[in-house]
Amino acid sequence: MFSNPDLLHFIFGRLSLDSLPFHEPILVVTFAAVVLGGLVVFGAVTYFKLWGYLWNEWITSIDHKKIGIMYIILALVMLLRGFADAIMMRLQQAISFGDAAGYLPPHHYDQIFTAHGVIMIFFVAMPLVTGLMNFVVPLQIGARDVAFPFLNNFSFWMTTAGAITLMMSMFIGEFARTGWLAYPPLSDIVYSPGVGVDYYIWALQIAGVGTLLSGVNLIVTIVKMRAPGMSMMKMPVFTWTALCTNILIVAAFPVLTAVLVLLSLDRYVGTNFFTNDLGGNAMMYVNLIWIWGHPEVYILVLPAFGVFSEVVSTFSRKRLFGYSSMVYATIVITILSYLVWLHHFFTMGSGASVNAFFGITTMIISIPTGAKMFNWLFTMYKGRIKFDVPMLWTLGFMLTFVIGGMTGVMLAVPPADFVLHNSLFLIAHFHNVIIGGVVFGMFAGIVYWFPKAFGYKLDPFWGKMSFWFWLVGFYVAFMPLYVLGLMGVTRRMSHFDDSSLQIWFVVAAFGAVLIAIGIGSFLMSVVVAFLKRDQLRDETGDPWDARTLEWSTSSPPPAYNFAFTPVVHDLDAWADMKKRGFVRPTSGFIDIHMPKNTGAGAILAGLSLVLGFAMVWHIWWLAAVSFIALIGVAIAHTFNYNRDYHIPAGEVIATEDERTVLLAKQQA
Amino acid sequence: MLSKLARGVAIASVFMVLTGCNLVVMDPSGDIASQQADLIVVSTILMLIIIIPVMVLTVFFAWKYRQSNKDAEYDPEWHHSTKLEIVIWSAPLAIIIALGAITWVSTHTLDPYRPLDRIDADRPLAKDHKPMVVEVVSLDWKWLFIYPELGIATVNELAAPIDTPIQFKITSSGIMNSFYVPAMAGMIYSMAGMETKLHAVINEEGVYDGFSANYSGEGFSHMRFKFHALSDEGFADWVAGVKADSQTLGRSQYLELEKPSVAEPVHYFGAVDPELYAAILNMCVDQSKMCMNEMMEIDKKGGGGLAGIYNVMSLTYDTPRERGTQPLPSSRSYVATLCTTPSGGLNKEISSIPLFDNGVVNSRFSPVPDVTSTGF
Repeated sequence: MFSNPDLLHFIFGRLSLDSLPFHEPILVVTFAAVVLGGLVVFGAVTYFKLWGYLWNEWITSIDHKKIGIMYIILALVMLLRGFADAIMMRLQQAISFGDAAGYLPPHHYDQIFTAHGVIMIFFVAMPLVTGLMNFVVPLQIGARDVAFPFLNNFSFWMTTAGAITLMMSMFIGEFARTGWLAYPPLSDIVYSPGVGVDYYIWALQIAGVGTLLSGVNLIVTIVKMRAPGMSMMKMPVFTWTALCTNILIVAAFPVLTAVLVLLSLDRYVGTNFFTNDLGGNAMMYVNLIWIWGHPEVYILVLPAFGVFSEVVSTFSRKRLFGYSSMVYATIVITILSYLVWLHHFFTMGSGASVNAFFGITTMIISIPTGAKMFNWLFTMYKGRIKFDVPMLWTLGFMLTFVIGGMTGVMLAVPPADFVLHNSLFLIAHFHNVIIGGVVFGMFAGIVYWFPKAFGYKLDPFWGKMSFWFWLVGFYVAFMPLYVLGLMGVTRRMSHFDDSSLQIWFVVAAFGAVLIAIGIGSFLMSVVVAFLKRDQLRDETGDPWDARTLEWSTSSPPPAYNFAFTPVVHDLDAWADMKKRGFVRPTSGFIDIHMPKNTGAGAILAGLSLVLGFAMVWHIWWLAAVSFIALIGVAIAHTFNYNRDYHIPAGEVIATEDERTVLLAKQQA
Repeated sequence: MLSKLARGVAIASVFMVLTGCNLVVMDPSGDIASQQADLIVVSTILMLIIIIPVMVLTVFFAWKYRQSNKDAEYDPEWHHSTKLEIVIWSAPLAIIIALGAITWVSTHTLDPYRPLDRIDADRPLAKDHKPMVVEVVSLDWKWLFIYPELGIATVNELAAPIDTPIQFKITSSGIMNSFYVPAMAGMIYSMAGMETKLHAVINEEGVYDGFSANYSGEGFSHMRFKFHALSDEGFADWVAGVKADSQTLGRSQYLELEKPSVAEPVHYFGAVDPELYAAILNMCVDQSKMCMNEMMEIDKKGGGGLAGIYNVMSLTYDTPRERGTQPLPSSRSYVATLCTTPSGGLNKEISSIPLFDNGVVNSRFSPVPDVTSTGF
């Protein structure tokens, strides 16, 4: 039976034993390590009988706080993978000169830089941003959860399923060798006949469903679920940036979905949207993907701006300077981000007027961004600045981001872009804004809100180590790339002829090692904080003497967030309440209506994962079965009417009384 | 000139730090690239007007208003100042207005499609000058240069006389690449079935690096060539050297050359089929394939109608099978050439071709009933 190739092909599609990369020693060792690590985790969970706990308390949880935390855990796990790719690239480029070919052949190196880009944007930066918004936004607006709690759980698991699809490509088959945006015609079936681009497409499509739905969810949450009194212009700045980011997500991600559908049709059924022949045009793909791609940059950086706004006013112990100008700057950036996409391909031969138009719109974005920078600056003016770790990240951001902004405006001048496009100067620029902006912002946010999530602060010593290694490591790793760009060195090279360049790559590789220490230090700060949690414990719920509503409840907040929905009178509601001598109510609690956990999200995402895998490998029967199951489970889930429950008043009273005792102990 | 001076200062200061390294982008040898480098310097200086005060103030405020400094003023309610707001919005605005004006003008003067109007800052060109034409084709993974006026072609080596305006016509055999000689001028993408243009000049003799600046697959890292900028006599010698080569580049040699190869050595072709570049551009080097310009001409007349869909054959050109590496996806097809053009198209007499022997009824409709008309 197994000798029948037709039957084998029917059952397994393109999948065969040859798809497993036994011939790649690096991958075999990695695979062994992953299996070993997986077995240890599996064994530990089983030994400590944690499966039930994980399923009931986390996997099926619709609590926005837990989902937010899971997003961030996903992002940190993927950060390790994405950073491993970065180190491998730096090492290859540091040794591959002249006769030395380095240790990575092109077909492996090309997968690594593609995976690095895809992972860092879609599965590190996006989950960090979404996770932080998920955790913080409902608390900041005085809500008990997001608008659609089940959808939230489903979104998270879809994102995870996308990440798993991508990770599978490392050990089963291959990943795309096209660069992170998979430009055709290179990504067309003619030039990339393997499964790599299909893995790319399905990983992004599955994760994209999650991203889009979570965008809808958070918009509705912010628009409909704010505490009484919190008008739009009294919303915390982080919530404002979250609103704008989610509007961008909802408007931009369908474009990505559509363009990947068109690419899939080219690859699967032989249409000619982006082929060279039969009227196809790859330039259309490049336009469409950047119409998503440029707003994506602001999707990532706006929430980081929000974090900095919260942090700078909290740690300067002062109201944010120019709140309304901050809000309007955010809105202007949101709108303008749709008018600049062409600056990613000035060199594709558009006319001078088109190029100049998009160059100038790009520069205009720097005006609201500059205004924001000044607002943070003048928030520090006449403040009392405490240099806790979140504030250090913010200062590091302010000094680093302006350099990235400057090089960005340089690249926006089309004739200058003609000599800098696709060079390492460009690489240095976007790492400058993404690391200096998004990554610093997300670390600031994580350190800032960690005590809210877990009830104790992160360890400050390791936090500072992490900050300094990241900051110095960033400069050491990327300033040489600016120089190399000016020397005319282009990106995505696996080998160089000119050995005089080598020293710069060696320095850059050293910088990457410093960043690795920074990542390690951050993980240490989590571990050490857990070990020293009794010393770092926050019992007030407001460890930083902060200004917004999330700090008015306990750390970690109870499942229902707020026993009574707070009433907002002014911007910085909690600072206002503290100033007016707010007295926490200690009686009069009633039952609280809450959504119930459900496993449907994880099951649907699991089926999507199977569907994606089947489509990648052309296992049509499995694709059909999993698709039907997907629809079936989705419909079945709509008949589940057992979706909510009440936390009885007695339980609320018990929880709140406990907090009353704790707070009284603090006072004494 | 202020920008020259500024550039001098900038380069000098950068050299203080980077002694011995060749910042070709900032110190190029061609007039276009020099102007582009000037723009980088000017835009940097303009932006530093804002950036430096921001960085200095960030550090200064952070230091002055530190918690332990009890002498500094503390005003937790100070959060608005209309005057300051006006300044923080208008200062970047002023810079961007200046930079925007420079951008608009320079994007037009340095448009790669625009014929040159000067050889360098001191030597203007007549409006009706005729540039030297070089046709550039990016192949997997090497560069083909055709000199139509000289009837020669080279692979992975480009040469030009100095102070001579050059017009590059650029296309690709399949995958998108980017043609870039940093010392001469900025880059432009090469795309199959399309032609991009670059006008440039090189002002100093020397050997410069050229390469693809857009990732194109496995052999990308080795897709490099040397650009020889020569004196007029030197160039004449070089041309004579190429012409001495007995190889001819015709359609069949091109199809052989087109097969993927990595780190291809330099080839010379002493003679080249004058139709070849147009055939590459129109993706019909393989003569069984209809040329793009023919197809567009037919489409302009209303298309081949339903009959046109029978004029499709399995794709053999431009694919990995033809290029000897991969099995061909069965779903691919292409439009076959019309049998009335035995030379494989490009004869520019398409208007006289009767479509499928039916004759064109009018310029809008195809010969078959229009309810079923699908065009191509």
